[in-house]
Amino acid sequence: MTTRTMQFRIYRYDPDKDERPRMQDISVEVDEQDRKLLDALTKLKAKDETIAYRRSCREGVCGSDAMNINGKNGLACLTDLEGLEQPVLLKPLPGLPVIRDLIVDMTQFFKQYHSIKPYLINNDPPPERERLQSPEEREELNGLYECILCACCSTACPSFWWNPDKFVGPAGLLAAYRFLADTRDQATGERLDNLEDPYRLFRCHSIMNCVDVCPKGLNPTLAIGKIKEMMVKRYV
Amino acid sequence: MNISVLKFDAVIVGAGGAGLRSAIQLSEAGLKTAVLSKVFPTRSHTVAAQGGVAASLGNSEEDNWRWHMYDTVKGSDWLGDQDAIEYMCKKAVEVVVDLEHYGMPFDRTDDGKIYQRPFGGHMSNFGEKPVRRSCAAADRTGHAMLHAMYQRNVKANTQFFVEWMALDLIRDSEGAVVGISALEMETGNIVIFHARAVIFATGGSGRIFASSTNAFINTGDGLGMAARAGIPLEDMEFWQFHPTGVAGAGVLITEGVRGEGGILRNADKERFMERYAPNAKDLASRDVVSRAMTTEIKEGRGCGPSKDYVLLDITHLDPATIMKRLPGIREISIQFAGVDPIKEPIPVVPTCHYQMGGIPTNFAGRVAVPDGRGGDRIVPGFYAAGECACASVHGANRLGTNSLLDLLVFGKSAGDSAVEDLKDGEAHRTLPADAQDVARSRIAALDARKGGTSVYEARQAISRTMQDHAGVFRFEDLLKQGVARILEVEKMAHNLEIQDKSKVWNTARVEALETENLIEVAKATMISAEARKESRGAHVRDDAPDTPEFPNGRNDKDWLKHTLWFRDGNRIEYKPVCLTPLTVEPVELKTRSY
Repeated sequence: MTTRTMQFRIYRYDPDKDERPRMQDISVEVDEQDRKLLDALTKLKAKDETIAYRRSCREGVCGSDAMNINGKNGLACLTDLEGLEQPVLLKPLPGLPVIRDLIVDMTQFFKQYHSIKPYLINNDPPPERERLQSPEEREELNGLYECILCACCSTACPSFWWNPDKFVGPAGLLAAYRFLADTRDQATGERLDNLEDPYRLFRCHSIMNCVDVCPKGLNPTLAIGKIKEMMVKRYV
Repeated sequence: MNISVLKFDAVIVGAGGAGLRSAIQLSEAGLKTAVLSKVFPTRSHTVAAQGGVAASLGNSEEDNWRWHMYDTVKGSDWLGDQDAIEYMCKKAVEVVVDLEHYGMPFDRTDDGKIYQRPFGGHMSNFGEKPVRRSCAAADRTGHAMLHAMYQRNVKANTQFFVEWMALDLIRDSEGAVVGISALEMETGNIVIFHARAVIFATGGSGRIFASSTNAFINTGDGLGMAARAGIPLEDMEFWQFHPTGVAGAGVLITEGVRGEGGILRNADKERFMERYAPNAKDLASRDVVSRAMTTEIKEGRGCGPSKDYVLLDITHLDPATIMKRLPGIREISIQFAGVDPIKEPIPVVPTCHYQMGGIPTNFAGRVAVPDGRGGDRIVPGFYAAGECACASVHGANRLGTNSLLDLLVFGKSAGDSAVEDLKDGEAHRTLPADAQDVARSRIAALDARKGGTSVYEARQAISRTMQDHAGVFRFEDLLKQGVARILEVEKMAHNLEIQDKSKVWNTARVEALETENLIEVAKATMISAEARKESRGAHVRDDAPDTPEFPNGRNDKDWLKHTLWFRDGNRIEYKPVCLTPLTVEPVELKTRSY
């Protein structure tokens, strides 16, 4: 098996012992079975077990291992090692407080997600069987429900950096539209009221960093545009 | 260091499908409930389930829970308990409809109902021909389900403790479960959760094998905690190897691919399943397909330069169907196999996927252990559901889509049982006086150890040993050596040394604690497998071949019984299989073929 050495520069900060963050230069041998950045990180951790990062499914569906890779947000488990410029620069997601190394405090991110009431609201007594929805109506949810809450998008968004407490951010707004677009949901008015605010929705300036970084290929900007359209429509 | 005590009515450990389903019951009943999870709930491994959840809705063709029950008993190779199987198959429609009401975005039929696809081993009319029973949201059913249940819990105001790892189960002198100790990862604080009900929903332990579809977090924490607390583990020799893991990467490719028309081919391009399962072909039960694939590879008909995989072919399907029904699979194939399945077949190998055994429970989700007089007794205050539990509905082999059903039905029943048991509003039982010292000393010993084994080395030893000695086909001599090896490896796992001593988000410490759970699962598996001298379902041994007296090597006279492994002295006991359903006639024993 052929191996090659890869160079990494990793952001390190452990509040338990470091006064300030530092960059660690470290290299690791990878072989052809190591396709993804997470494979290399696993080997790096065998070498230096103090490197802290989140990871779980290693197939891009749990959303744990989001980080800033050579300046761009992405999932370590979906990032090909092949073609990565070296030294590979690994930093925590920008704009959120760092807890340790590559682990950020996601409280603000989830607070915004929770603020849009991310659950179906339907006050009719549930029928005995499923509520009906046509394939076309169901299709409206494609590109929305697949979000994995990795926070790549919101932490790439300048509007979210400036106002993480006031602007819902692309992930939260994508979720808001997921429920607005669901024919089974009855809370359209309430949901739009909840976003009718100079910050919560309207801080999106269509910079589209969110679209650029989404590891699932989703388009929050498009969803945000549709919410804005709904806002306009209810006044005409 | 002072250890604080938090008091709740109920504590749920794990926030995957089973934990979240239990939590809905408890929160909506108004009980003060804490849900602990090593990861944010939507990152739990249920999220990776793809193909669907079984329920005889009959939305596209006639179906019946009795047929589903028959298939499940047959799939289990008659080791599943027929009372629990009847309960699960009957409840399936209700719990799937619940999910739809929670907002889960199921795919739809033209008339607006939940879309259903065929899946391995699911047949109509008692085994006649494949039936559409798997309720699906594209090939992202687990993701859609987990998010919908998390969202329902947000609505119900469930209190989550995110990124907390449970350390140990706390029992009082009468054996009742009175709480758990847990570690908050962000701070390194240890806290005791004092509760009247503890529900384990900690998922599987597939990380004991080197090649696994399982997430990094699937380290059998609930099983390790239960074993250390004197609770036996049931049927741990039965592990499902999923036929289609991406060769090399191990990432899962759903059986739904074959449900939508995918075909397995060997190096001669032959549809080899026609020889092994003339009726169900590629949709035979998973143990059957995995063995067929392994046989093809062993006999030199594997593909690729090392002839070590077979091909899953969907190039004959309409690309529009692939984009609509299997979009996630296309993504995974491109990402992890480097092939676009619209144009080229996917290289696949059988990969460790699911643990059929676990913490013994009844179908109400209550943990039940031998009473010493040939019967069972309930462990007061202790419940378990989902992959960590053994109800037992999967017996010796689980049918695809029955895992999501299991976590819904038994997550709900465990939650309902806890609500029922707490109704009287009695006071909490007293915590044992040494509860805090026990939790503290385990962490202190780990932090202080010098000259020990690294976590990486111990984990490699566990997963290599399991892979080499307890794989798809099992051999008497390899199992015997495997038992000796794993007991050696155990010494390493109990002598771990970590370099990282930080209090803050110490992942090295978490991985060390996980390793202490993995080794319990590994021992239980190897020792139970060595002891069972027959072939049944996923457990197939060379010294129990197919003979006229014992078709498929299955020996009902001596081995129609559940294994119980006790950590103390690695003792094995057996208990009878429940062959009496709740209301219908038993599914009679017969030889299994597809």
